[in-house]
Amino acid sequence: MNNLEKKNAIDLAKKLKKKILDLSFYAGSSSSHFGGALSSADIVASLFGEVMNFNKKNFKSSSRDRFILSKGHGCMVYYAVLNILGIIPDEKLKTFEKDSSDLLGHPVKNSEIGIDFSTGSLGMGLSLGIGLSLAFKRKEMKNRVFVLVGDGECNEGSIWESALCAPNLELNNLTVIIDHNNFQQTGSNDEIMSIKNLESKWSSFNWNTILVDGHDINKLTTALKSNNSNLPKAIIAKTIKGKGFSFSENNNDWHHKVMTNKTYQEAKEEISKND
Amino acid sequence: MTEINKKKIDLWSNIGSRATFGLAALELEKKIKELFVVTCDVSTSAGLDRFRKQVPHKYVDVGISEQNMIGVASGLSTEGFKVITTTFAPFQTLRCCEQIKVNQGYMKTKIVMVGLASGLVLGALGFTHCSIEEVGVLRSIPNLAIVSPADSLEVVKSLEAALNYESSVYIRLTGGSQSPIVNSEDYKFEIGKAIKLTDGDDVTIFSCGAMVHNSLEAALILKKNDISCRVVNMHTIKPVDVDSIKESAKFSKLIVTVEEHNIIGGLGSAISEELTKIKDSPKLLRIGINDKYNKGGSYTYLQKIYELLPEQISNKIIKNLT
Repeated sequence: MNNLEKKNAIDLAKKLKKKILDLSFYAGSSSSHFGGALSSADIVASLFGEVMNFNKKNFKSSSRDRFILSKGHGCMVYYAVLNILGIIPDEKLKTFEKDSSDLLGHPVKNSEIGIDFSTGSLGMGLSLGIGLSLAFKRKEMKNRVFVLVGDGECNEGSIWESALCAPNLELNNLTVIIDHNNFQQTGSNDEIMSIKNLESKWSSFNWNTILVDGHDINKLTTALKSNNSNLPKAIIAKTIKGKGFSFSENNNDWHHKVMTNKTYQEAKEEISKND
Repeated sequence: MTEINKKKIDLWSNIGSRATFGLAALELEKKIKELFVVTCDVSTSAGLDRFRKQVPHKYVDVGISEQNMIGVASGLSTEGFKVITTTFAPFQTLRCCEQIKVNQGYMKTKIVMVGLASGLVLGALGFTHCSIEEVGVLRSIPNLAIVSPADSLEVVKSLEAALNYESSVYIRLTGGSQSPIVNSEDYKFEIGKAIKLTDGDDVTIFSCGAMVHNSLEAALILKKNDISCRVVNMHTIKPVDVDSIKESAKFSKLIVTVEEHNIIGGLGSAISEELTKIKDSPKLLRIGINDKYNKGGSYTYLQKIYELLPEQISNKIIKNLT
C-alpha cells in the first residue's frame, strides 16, 4: 500500500500535502511550521518519487542516496514522505511533537526511521552534504547527495562557507535545492534581509545553477536528473510558501501556527474539491 | 601502538606539541586506513605539510571556514572515516561551537578535534589568538571528551587514544616549541584516568597541559620548604577522574588546581564540582587565569602576569596553607 515504486511524483505530491495537513493537526497547540513544509512538498515529491535511490527496502543500506533537510523546520514534509514510503508507521506519525516522540519539530537522527541527520539549526546541512559527497568520491561510490536549504537559511554565513567549498572540491555528486519561497520567519526576504538574485549568487560561486519552477514536477525532475558537469548542482526552486491551501499560500502567518479543528476541516474540504 | 623511544621523545620535545601532532598523524595514517584530516588553511602551523604531500587523498583543506570544517568532518565520519580536524584553538572550538554541539554532542558523530596553540602561547598576537575559554564552553556539551596533554609524548598518546575512544574528543595543545618533558619514558595512557607523577601528604596539585611541568617545578620548591606534594597529571578534563579526586580528598590538607585557562569553567571548576559532593573535603585553591584579558605579550610574560610560573604557584600554595 505504501510502496511508492512506479507511482509518479505528482501523485506523491498530492499525498504529501494531505499528510502535512494531518501532521499540523496532530501537533495541536504546540504549533507547526506549515508554510515551509508545503513550499517544499513538490521538491520532496520529485526527489523521493522520481530521482533518489531511496526506498523502504534500501533505507538502511549504504547504497542509498542521501537526503539532508537542512531547513529542518520543514520536517513535516520529511516525516510525510517517510510515512508514505512505509518507513514511518502511521501510529508514530500521530506522536508528532508529543512528549518523548521520535518526531519532533525538527528532525532527530534516527536510522530506524530513515533520518540520517539531526537538523534545525540553520546553515549546517550543506557542510554535512559536502562531507558525504567527498566520502563517496574518495571511496569511489556512486551515491548522490541532496540537500534542501531554505532561502531564509541563506542568511547564514555558514551556507556561504559551504557554497564556496563544494565547487572547489568538484563534488558533482552533490545537489543543493534552495526552496525559494520569498519568506522567512517574520516577513518577506526583502523585508528582513534581501537575498536579491540567488541564481547569480550560486552561479558566481561556481555551482552548476538551474532556476526552476519549484511546483512543476516535470521541470524539477528534469533539473534534478541532469548530469553534465564536474561541478555540484544548485537548483533554485521558485516556490510559494504554504502552497496547496488557499488560506496559507503566500500568507506568512502560516510560517508557524496552530492548526485549529475548524481550519483543518475546511482545508480537508478544499483538498477533496480539488482532487 | 606508535613506537616510543628516547630519541623520539627528545625530538618531539624539541619541536613542541603542534609539530609533534603532525608527525603523529602521519605515523597513524600508516596503521589506520580510514584516517582523514580536515584543516582550515593551517597545514604548516599544524605540522601537517608532510601529511598533505604524502597522503593527499586522506586530507582536505576547506579554507578558512571552521563551521564548514566541522560539518564536512562530520559527513566524512558518518561514512566511516576516522576524522581529525585541526586549526588554532579559538577557531577550532568557539568559532564553530554550535556545529560541535549539534554534530558531535547532539548527533554523537565522532571526530577528533585538535586545538592548536591553546592557552597563552600566542600572547604576542593578542587574545584573539589565545584560548582561555574553550574548555568551559565545551565541557557543557554532552558526548564530548576533553584532553589536555602534558607534553609532546602525551600528544602522540592522546591522539591515538582519542581516535579509538567512544565519543568525540577535543585535544587541547598547549606550550610552545622546546616543550619540557614530563614523561621521560613510555607509560600507560588512558582517557579519563589521571596519572600520579609525585607523591606527598600535604598538598595535591591537579594540573593539565603545559602547567603540569610548572606544577612539578612548584612541588620541588615546596619540598625545600618541607611541604610534600602529590602532583597529578589530570590530562582528561572531561570525563574527570573522580576516583583520583576522592583519593586525594582523603588525606590532603589542600587541593590545588593549576591550568592555563580561565579559572571559570576549566579544570578547577571540574574538580570543584566533584569536591562539593565529598563531606568535609579539603579546601580547594584554583590557580589559573583570573577571568581577565590583560595586555598581550610573550608566553613567559603572560605566565608571569597571571602568576602561573613555578615560584608563583608555590608561593600561593604556602600562603593558603598557613
